Amino acid sequence: MDIIQILSSSRVFLAPPSLPIVLRLGMDGEELTEQETALYDRQIRVWGAGAQRRLSKAHILVCGITGTIAEFCKNIVLAGVGSLTLVDDRAVTKEALSANFLIPSDENACAGKTLTELCRDSLKDFNPMVRVSVEKGDLSSFGAEFYSKFDVVVVSCCSFTTKKLINEKCRKLSKRVAFYTVDCRDSCGEIFVDLQHHKYSKQKQEETIECELHYPSFEESISVPWKALPRKFSKLYFAMRVIERFEEAEQRKPGELSIADLPAVVKLKKELCEAQSLNESHIPNVLLERLVTDTREFPPVCPIIGGILGQEVIKAISGKGDPLKNFFFFDAMDGKGIIEDVSGKT
Amino acid sequence: MASLKHLPAVKGAKVLMVGAGGIGCELLKTLALSGFQDIHIIDMDTIEVSNLNRQFLFRQSHVGQSKAKVAREAVLKFRPHISITPYHANVKDSDFNVDFFKQFNVVLNGLDNLDARRHVNRLCLAADVPLIESGTTGFLGQQVTVHVKGRTECYECQPKPAPKTYPVCTITSTPSKFVHCIVWAKELLFAKLFGDKNQANDLNVRSSDGASSSKQAEDVFEHRKDEDIEQYGRRIYDHVFGYNIEVALSNEETWKNRNRPKPIYSSEFMPNDLSQQNGSMEKNGAANDISSVSAMASLGMKNPQDVWSLKENSRVFLEALKLFFLKREKEIGNLTFDKDDQLAVEFVTAAANIRAASFGIPLHSLFEAKGIAGNIVHAVATTNAIIAGLIVIEAIKVLQNDTKNYRMTYCLEHPTRKMLLMPVEPFEPNRSCYVCSETPLSLEINTHRAKLRDFVEKIVKATLGMSLPLIMHGSALLYEVGDDLDEEMVANYAANLDKVLSELPTPVTSGTMLTIEDLQQELSCQINIKHREEFDEEKEPDGMVLSGWTQAPSVVKDDKESIANAGSTSNEPPVEAEKNDEIEIPPEKKRKLSEVSEAVDPDLSSVDGDTRNPDKLQVLDDDDELMIFDNWDSVTNKKIRMQ
Repeated sequence: MDIIQILSSSRVFLAPPSLPIVLRLGMDGEELTEQETALYDRQIRVWGAGAQRRLSKAHILVCGITGTIAEFCKNIVLAGVGSLTLVDDRAVTKEALSANFLIPSDENACAGKTLTELCRDSLKDFNPMVRVSVEKGDLSSFGAEFYSKFDVVVVSCCSFTTKKLINEKCRKLSKRVAFYTVDCRDSCGEIFVDLQHHKYSKQKQEETIECELHYPSFEESISVPWKALPRKFSKLYFAMRVIERFEEAEQRKPGELSIADLPAVVKLKKELCEAQSLNESHIPNVLLERLVTDTREFPPVCPIIGGILGQEVIKAISGKGDPLKNFFFFDAMDGKGIIEDVSGKT
Repeated sequence: MASLKHLPAVKGAKVLMVGAGGIGCELLKTLALSGFQDIHIIDMDTIEVSNLNRQFLFRQSHVGQSKAKVAREAVLKFRPHISITPYHANVKDSDFNVDFFKQFNVVLNGLDNLDARRHVNRLCLAADVPLIESGTTGFLGQQVTVHVKGRTECYECQPKPAPKTYPVCTITSTPSKFVHCIVWAKELLFAKLFGDKNQANDLNVRSSDGASSSKQAEDVFEHRKDEDIEQYGRRIYDHVFGYNIEVALSNEETWKNRNRPKPIYSSEFMPNDLSQQNGSMEKNGAANDISSVSAMASLGMKNPQDVWSLKENSRVFLEALKLFFLKREKEIGNLTFDKDDQLAVEFVTAAANIRAASFGIPLHSLFEAKGIAGNIVHAVATTNAIIAGLIVIEAIKVLQNDTKNYRMTYCLEHPTRKMLLMPVEPFEPNRSCYVCSETPLSLEINTHRAKLRDFVEKIVKATLGMSLPLIMHGSALLYEVGDDLDEEMVANYAANLDKVLSELPTPVTSGTMLTIEDLQQELSCQINIKHREEFDEEKEPDGMVLSGWTQAPSVVKDDKESIANAGSTSNEPPVEAEKNDEIEIPPEKKRKLSEVSEAVDPDLSSVDGDTRNPDKLQVLDDDDELMIFDNWDSVTNKKIRMQ
């Protein structure tokens, strides 16, 4: 009988060492190697050997390399996932460099390499036990076959349409693929999570409880009428939707905005608020102004969003602890990191 | 907060980071990306394998090298034009004095122990440099706090939990939890066999009880001349797990309401001639390298997560003891338990498990035992990254002098009021804090019986955390520590230590005001002495009571003495967080949580600063609702654990 003692979540800081963490290994009898036990000692104490083994078999895809994604990649490579695949055909730009510590500044080392290749080389170095590779091509052109190779798909800096498209492709697969989007603008960040039907366990007092959560798709979530959302809802949620619609309508790439767009963005906000019967004050113009003027990431926000995303992906893979459902928002201005559930249920 | 707006403040700033470990690596990286250009970093540690899963600036090839130096090299690879000054040194070194601290605009802590945190706090106060503290000191999880002299509370305004201690009799006679067995194996048995023979050890006391005379008992632990090492090991085994349990059983009173332990003798598990049976030394043959000597290796045991049988534990016990005597004889007498010492961990695991078996307590794996014995703090990269991001955000506010927006942020395990990251307004300085205010303390003590030594050890060092103290009575010096004292003074002070307070050259009696200073920390405080004849041995085991500043919630001791499960490599209060050990939060802890987001919104920025009510804890939940809690407990609905 295999017992996997479950700690309440991967975010355990105070878990007592005296708590009997029973570390038995899976039915297939696979054990962590001595090398793995030594390297992962501290984190096995957080999430257990069973979770560590599941991590080592998980395959992760990330699309769109940003500072936040670089943080996320570092976290899961250190955690010891099976493999990580990077997709982003962009060249190394000054902007890409600004919040990304994976790109060496040495020009000789960078010569002839793409953004993803440079990141891959740095990430490989962090943990030789993780396979890190690069895939070339256009995100929206990949078929279901491609996505079925992964357990987790994370997309960043891509259009509204692409997000929906990839999310739908993942949902149509016979295997369950966890889907995340992450976006940072100015000092704000947003994470969206779709785990479809997620079964997990958590520790409550002495007992291990089995739980299940049902997630809506990205499209289902954002279709929830604004009026149906709780009265005190994150302003950032609405603001991000306005920007998303604006970029879509104007055929802009994510982040291709400037202060000159503000009047048009404010106009769109008015229209959307009217259509959705939402008081305009829920989307302050100052917030929209911040999101259109400085579309670059604010470096200290990257490890915060990348850290939360890393924890969530580890929870999803290990099946331990309450995962967040289904939006997370952080704004350095007020310092709050908030979870909002946009499921269309009252 | 937009990245360009703060650039000048960041570019011109000179920052000091203390600690290049889990938080330190993340912090240095984030500072460099955020545009900081002059960073100094102090860390006395070298890199170990178990760091590599989260201290991402380090590689296998760096094991053994200075953390501060390697971290610098790694960050310069992606930010080559900034200045990073590493110090491979202890922050408590005298080089890092108040003048050193004064050159910085802000100090950022990424430390893992209370002792160094207190020290840095004092230097920052003395140098008047803002400090941003981080770590697991919060009651709700990880937290980031801003400490600015005179404006917000200092790190020591709220007392920190004292190290978990256990009553001696629980450890020596009536263990009921595995941790009791670990403490026994580590603090008593290991210390007795391999540590300083002159140290007082409660194992002595116990073994001299009962039938045997104290003389014989003393001899039990001595390795007799010409005694075969196998025989010696078995003799120790039979004495501590067999004979001593028999002696304890003879005291019927003890077992009236307890399960009786079972004596265990080595012959139950192994034939008398065990030299053939037990491990082969050849497997350790090549190992002249001390660190690779391992009983598990010589017994062919591999998985540290297996829970060994009683027989396996017995074999590991004997093998480890033998290896200490054969391979590490020179160290015997000077060893202290170290969680990174494989052989020591093996010995302690086996000894604790055999004792646990005797007392009907479930056995544990080496992996678990190591965690308990070494007080290993669980750590993952993601949390450190989040904390580092929050520190840098606060650092930028400090550099912009954006005082209204300073926040203390809790990084929560479970969402509270939908929040995973919960910012609260920093607390005001505690007016009775002896570190950052000048309020005198008051000490009740028996001035006719307590010696100056007791006062120095228990109050000045242990409670007030001073390392180089100087004690004055008016203008008369009673005691001081330093390198530049002449012999006569040293002799004088030594003589004073052994005198009772009322018989000192300048007698200390009721009503005396003593001034205590630490020159390095530039901390000075006054203590008003009050004579008191009697003390309750159970409630006031030190025989003195310091008041005027809230003492840390300490664990109730039901014995005069107690044994701490002390960490070997850090002074951090041991992590001991069993279900029953929740800390009662003292009433002083009820403080305010005031919310924030609207402070940036011009319309609402007038949220009244004077609504502070120190007796209530307030969370301004959203735009218009003020939630008030009476106690932290109700915020999370969660038991607070000691850590």
